[in-house]
Amino acid sequence: MTTLTVEANNLTRIYGGREAVSDVSFTLSKGEVLGFLGPNGAGKSTTMKMLTGNLAPSKGSVSICGVDMMENPKEAKALIGYLPETPPLYREFTVDEFLAIAARLHGVNAKHIKVAVQRAKERCGLSEMSKRLIENLSKGYQQRVGIAQAIIHNPMVVILDEPTVGLDPIQIRDIRALIKVLGGEHSVILSTHILPEVEMVCDHVQIIDKGKLVFNGSIDILKQQRHGNKLLIGLTKPPANDELLKVPGVEAVETLPNGLLSVRYAAGQAPAEALVQAAVAKGWGLHQISPDQTSLEDVFVQLTYQDVAA
Amino acid sequence: MILNVARKELKSVFASPMGWIILALLQFGFGTYFLNGVNEYFEVMSGAIRPAERTGVTMFIGQSVFGLASFVMLFSVPLLSMRLISEERRSNTLPFLFSAPLSLTEIVLGKFIGLVAFLSILVAMISVMLCTLNAWADVDFGYIFSNVLGLWLLVASFSALGLYFSSLTAQPVVAAIITFIALFGLLIVDRFLTGDDASLANYLSLMHHFQPFARGLIDTADITYFLLFIITFLTLTVRRLDADRLRG
Repeated sequence: MTTLTVEANNLTRIYGGREAVSDVSFTLSKGEVLGFLGPNGAGKSTTMKMLTGNLAPSKGSVSICGVDMMENPKEAKALIGYLPETPPLYREFTVDEFLAIAARLHGVNAKHIKVAVQRAKERCGLSEMSKRLIENLSKGYQQRVGIAQAIIHNPMVVILDEPTVGLDPIQIRDIRALIKVLGGEHSVILSTHILPEVEMVCDHVQIIDKGKLVFNGSIDILKQQRHGNKLLIGLTKPPANDELLKVPGVEAVETLPNGLLSVRYAAGQAPAEALVQAAVAKGWGLHQISPDQTSLEDVFVQLTYQDVAA
Repeated sequence: MILNVARKELKSVFASPMGWIILALLQFGFGTYFLNGVNEYFEVMSGAIRPAERTGVTMFIGQSVFGLASFVMLFSVPLLSMRLISEERRSNTLPFLFSAPLSLTEIVLGKFIGLVAFLSILVAMISVMLCTLNAWADVDFGYIFSNVLGLWLLVASFSALGLYFSSLTAQPVVAAIITFIALFGLLIVDRFLTGDDASLANYLSLMHHFQPFARGLIDTADITYFLLFIITFLTLTVRRLDADRLRG
């Protein structure tokens, strides 16, 4: 049985007559990781601010584990860990001091504060930095402290606004692993504009554009969209496109500006082998073949377009 | 929970040398005045004036030390209160408090108590300093108590006002300047409109309500004035922060 941890109903936020977020509804169950995708200014951060009670929605409601954010803000907030866009750090404190304050303010029992700080540091790889002033930490480490303060009280729901910004590739990998671990026992919502990141860590994806939810579903659907049944082929002596169309499964061929050919095939077919054999047999000079992965923008445009058509 | 916020504020004052330096410098100033007061007392009282005009040592020294203290607080409270909220606004740390399980009232009260606790250290040091006179003379403890209470209420009122102006802006320096101007205005407003003792300006003046304490008179009307002053500005601060949440 799944338990709902986050319920957002018709969230709407109006800034000076313009709807920054309009009618966003979704639910999240325990143990799920939800990725929030969207271009800049789409309303990702605004939605997250409303989910965490930092901003009052103009319309709609939020409830965390059944506790309404408007009616019982204190109880609801106790269940959330939040990392805003800019990590909220008191620069004059050391990592240990800051995390102890965070634990205390989030109502961690005085006896457990030490343990909680220790655990959060281990999880975020901060153990070496205990006595350093936050001011003197690098951007990546500051980001980690930000994540550590969000998970220190072991909240039911962890909300991270662009957690991997400013981190180096190794740190990004660590943080992604951490998010996966968190997803096991908590619910996680993270926003990002990096598609591979979503593919790696999320179970569910939501795409938001101009304040509207344009896609809401499981990651598998998005993966399919992304691969899009296309192959990218490089031939030194390309034949006429009709020749390629004779290969079983191939539906359309398009010559790209960079000289490569984009071959679309019917869903469920795998014409790669047949194409290679044909290329070898007829001496087309094959030098490259790979699945054509569309970029985030393409998927995004596709999804927005579908939504309009539907 | 309120105390946890207060503790955080107090800790952040002492996290940098700022807190210690302020305490040391101000104590140095008060100490100098105190010593001068003791010296002058002997000069003035050594028979030059008629016995009927002589005042006690507590009052003589107390007047100069507490007079200085209330004046110095006028400058130091804005400098201490300016960063309470505007600094958090500027470095984007307000979401940290807003997303913790705290009500706005708890946040504001916590910050207020944190600052007042720091200033209470100063007030306590002054009163201990004056009480040391007891080793050589009979100190009028009632007079000291009324002065300490008055100074403490004055300082708390300054803090509440400073906290409010700090919540209005993201620039600590702007907050300090506005606070200073507002405090200065409230202190001297009765100077402009002297004469009519029952005038509204007189009633609003902070100094007007502080004077009885300085003379050694504890009046509940004055205590109520200070408490109302504090509650008003704390409420305004809560409302200002609530507007942040509502309007974004």
